[in-house]
Amino acid sequence: MGQGHNASIDRLIDQVRAAAAAGTPLAIRGGNTKAFLGRPVEGTILDTREHDGIVHYDPTELVITARAGTPLVDVEVALAERGQMLACESPHFGEGTTFGGMVAAGVSGPRRPWFGAVRDFVLGCRVIDSRANPLRFGGEVMKNVAGFDLSRAMAGSFGCLGLLTEVSMKVLPLPLHRASLRIELDVQQSLKQLAHWATEPLPISAACHDGAALMLRLEGGHGSVNAAAARLGGAPLEDDFWQQLRDHQLPFFAGTRPLWRLGLPTNKQLPKNLPGEVLIDWAGAQLWLRSDAPAQQIRDIATAARGHAALWRGDSDMRFPPLPPALFALHQRLKAQLDPKALFNPGRMYAGL
Amino acid sequence: MNILYDEQLDGALAAVDRPVLLAALRNEAPDVTLLHEPEQLRPYECDGLSAYRTVPLAVALPETIEQVQAILRCCSRLQVPVVARGAGTGLSGGALPLEKAILLSLARFKRILEVDSRACIARVQPGVRNLAISEAAAPFGLYFAPDPSSQIACSIGGNVAENAGGVHCLKYGLTVHNVLRVDIVLMDGERVTLGSDALDSPGLDLLALFVGSEGLLGIVVEVTVKLLPKPEVARVLLASFDDVKKAGQAVGDIIGAGVIPGGLEMMDNLSIRASEDFVHAGYPVEAAAILLCELDGVEADVAADCECVRDILLKAGATDIRQALDENQRKQFWSGRKNAFPAVGRISPDYYCMDGTIPKRALPMVLERIGELSRQAGLRVANVFHAGDGNMHPLILFDANRPGELERAEDLGGKILELCLEVGGSITGEHGVGREKINQMCAQFGADELEMFRAVKAAFDPQGLLNPGKTIPTLARCAEFGRLHVHHGQLPHPELERF
Repeated sequence: MGQGHNASIDRLIDQVRAAAAAGTPLAIRGGNTKAFLGRPVEGTILDTREHDGIVHYDPTELVITARAGTPLVDVEVALAERGQMLACESPHFGEGTTFGGMVAAGVSGPRRPWFGAVRDFVLGCRVIDSRANPLRFGGEVMKNVAGFDLSRAMAGSFGCLGLLTEVSMKVLPLPLHRASLRIELDVQQSLKQLAHWATEPLPISAACHDGAALMLRLEGGHGSVNAAAARLGGAPLEDDFWQQLRDHQLPFFAGTRPLWRLGLPTNKQLPKNLPGEVLIDWAGAQLWLRSDAPAQQIRDIATAARGHAALWRGDSDMRFPPLPPALFALHQRLKAQLDPKALFNPGRMYAGL
Repeated sequence: MNILYDEQLDGALAAVDRPVLLAALRNEAPDVTLLHEPEQLRPYECDGLSAYRTVPLAVALPETIEQVQAILRCCSRLQVPVVARGAGTGLSGGALPLEKAILLSLARFKRILEVDSRACIARVQPGVRNLAISEAAAPFGLYFAPDPSSQIACSIGGNVAENAGGVHCLKYGLTVHNVLRVDIVLMDGERVTLGSDALDSPGLDLLALFVGSEGLLGIVVEVTVKLLPKPEVARVLLASFDDVKKAGQAVGDIIGAGVIPGGLEMMDNLSIRASEDFVHAGYPVEAAAILLCELDGVEADVAADCECVRDILLKAGATDIRQALDENQRKQFWSGRKNAFPAVGRISPDYYCMDGTIPKRALPMVLERIGELSRQAGLRVANVFHAGDGNMHPLILFDANRPGELERAEDLGGKILELCLEVGGSITGEHGVGREKINQMCAQFGADELEMFRAVKAAFDPQGLLNPGKTIPTLARCAEFGRLHVHHGQLPHPELERF
């Protein structure tokens, strides 16, 4: 097995070296399930999936290390067998999602506001840099402040800073008990209640509103979950609702109408006059919007609410929210320093990056 | 080992004429308090790592973001390095001044700008003390989770610069997990916002990159932190062991059983006795080690967790287990741990606090090796750990007035850090590299990783003027230090001159 992975890492290094020598960009790909996110990349396809396998997993350390090409489901199954999980609950937008792809895209699931995002659980990584050097940052320990935190910065970087080959993540025990509820409350009432509940130590681990009712998930010890379920009332809800929400399998996500994602401050009023159908997740901090309205109108609404809007599915060159000029200039300087030949997924996040 | 700035190893700095600089600053940042008389500069010559002292060129005490911008623009133009300082409680010399640099104190940025209880956030200036945030949030039943032991004094700007932790990290995370947004000023005076009021932000996660960057990338001028609801109850168990290894094993057993304690701390016999003498926390002075395990959350869950942990501790061989009966006793149990450093300070003229992290499974072996190293060096070591997250704070006891003892303490400290690396850990868990561990960075990272760090630095601070000589060693320093990773028998960059 060691031989095989020496070979697969060498092949990745060779591919980067060849790209650097020729000055041709690489389009990095794992399971290719999130190709719709961001902008298309013109380049030689680099497939990470041969570089796979769990490298190290010790449940008492709460850490798992796996190669980037490992199917995410393999990691999840290995953890579940030992009663643990990746608490960021990242989506599978199709079969074959990889562990590396999850980190590179940095997309988190319904549990995010209460437990943390992908980046919050990253402890260390291995990357191949633009000179084809294999590098290692962070490690397998919970606390490590030696040097700049490049491993967390890799989360959500869409492969633009280097080729991610291995990641170590903190894992958590699976909750002992779970209950899902459907409560008949309108949007305004729900958001008001959620803001109130946020100041109490309630075991809420997901909160979604589909326009008709509030869906809640409670996770924790038997005592806290049962007490909260009894107090909050409502009707029982099938647990697989949350997986359908996470993976965009609910009817709301079907069809071809452009899909926008709005990231908003926690527990604030929703923006008024949203031009389309809305699905609320993250207790109001993540909004899914189906809308044909002009991009600028949607971005302006999000900005006015001190949030931002990204086009997830639809046709446009500018997909992620535009950055203020000084911040974008900083992005460009960082890209130029870390990837001066623009080898790694150029333009995937923004034109010129 | 001399850790003071060495231009041969750390890079040449421009010679600056103090009167010219002061005149320029008075002109470009007219209302800023500037200190430059020797007696004014003295209090700023060190941070919490007081063995190392350098008098800065001058100290600037701005009060507004515009003033910070003006100072940085002026220093950028005159190529004068800038060292930022918060409360000066850091333990790694991150705010150690340079003779040729301005010390930029953020002490006057003391205002809590907003506590938004509905959004569960607080917006504060960088000089606000860590504990003051939790105090301001307390009326709403909220608090700021990171609680470094210096929390009475340390400032949030410094917490961001160091990615500060505390005793509740395993469950509630480090500063990086509890900060939503940081406004910074770059060396060229440009103000940039990293992160946002939302849970995520567009673009690269520069906030993650910035937190823990130790003043090398930008100056923090405003911070938005996340506030958490206070746990309904917190219970603490105090377990005694007659063998340090058994205590170490119990730590892994608790985590392996699916319990995430709010705090899980361990102390060895020397720290137990020192603390007990000092604060009378009721610790068993004959125990080889104690574990303090705090379980917090909702009443019913905490009761179940306490039972579970009690069983595990018994099975692991605890000789005695006590549960704090009430809030007063809980605080009493904690007081011994929280006062462990000053307690050790009472039994030794000086102590040197280390900050390595290790995988928990290596704990028994590492403790044994530290014991051996301690005997070899002829210096006592008191061990205090954030055991739940593998962060060790061995305290090396020495007397700086005895010739050679400081050097022996430093040498022993270096060996302990290398031991941490050997078992797959890190040279610093929460105190930062600063100036103190600049040489050990050469052992933790290879030349190529260090090159990547320098690339990040160059993107934020192309002139290299922010906190030079800290955190990221030059290749020249690593060559001199002689511990560069040797790959395939070849030193990287053989063309480099060795000093």
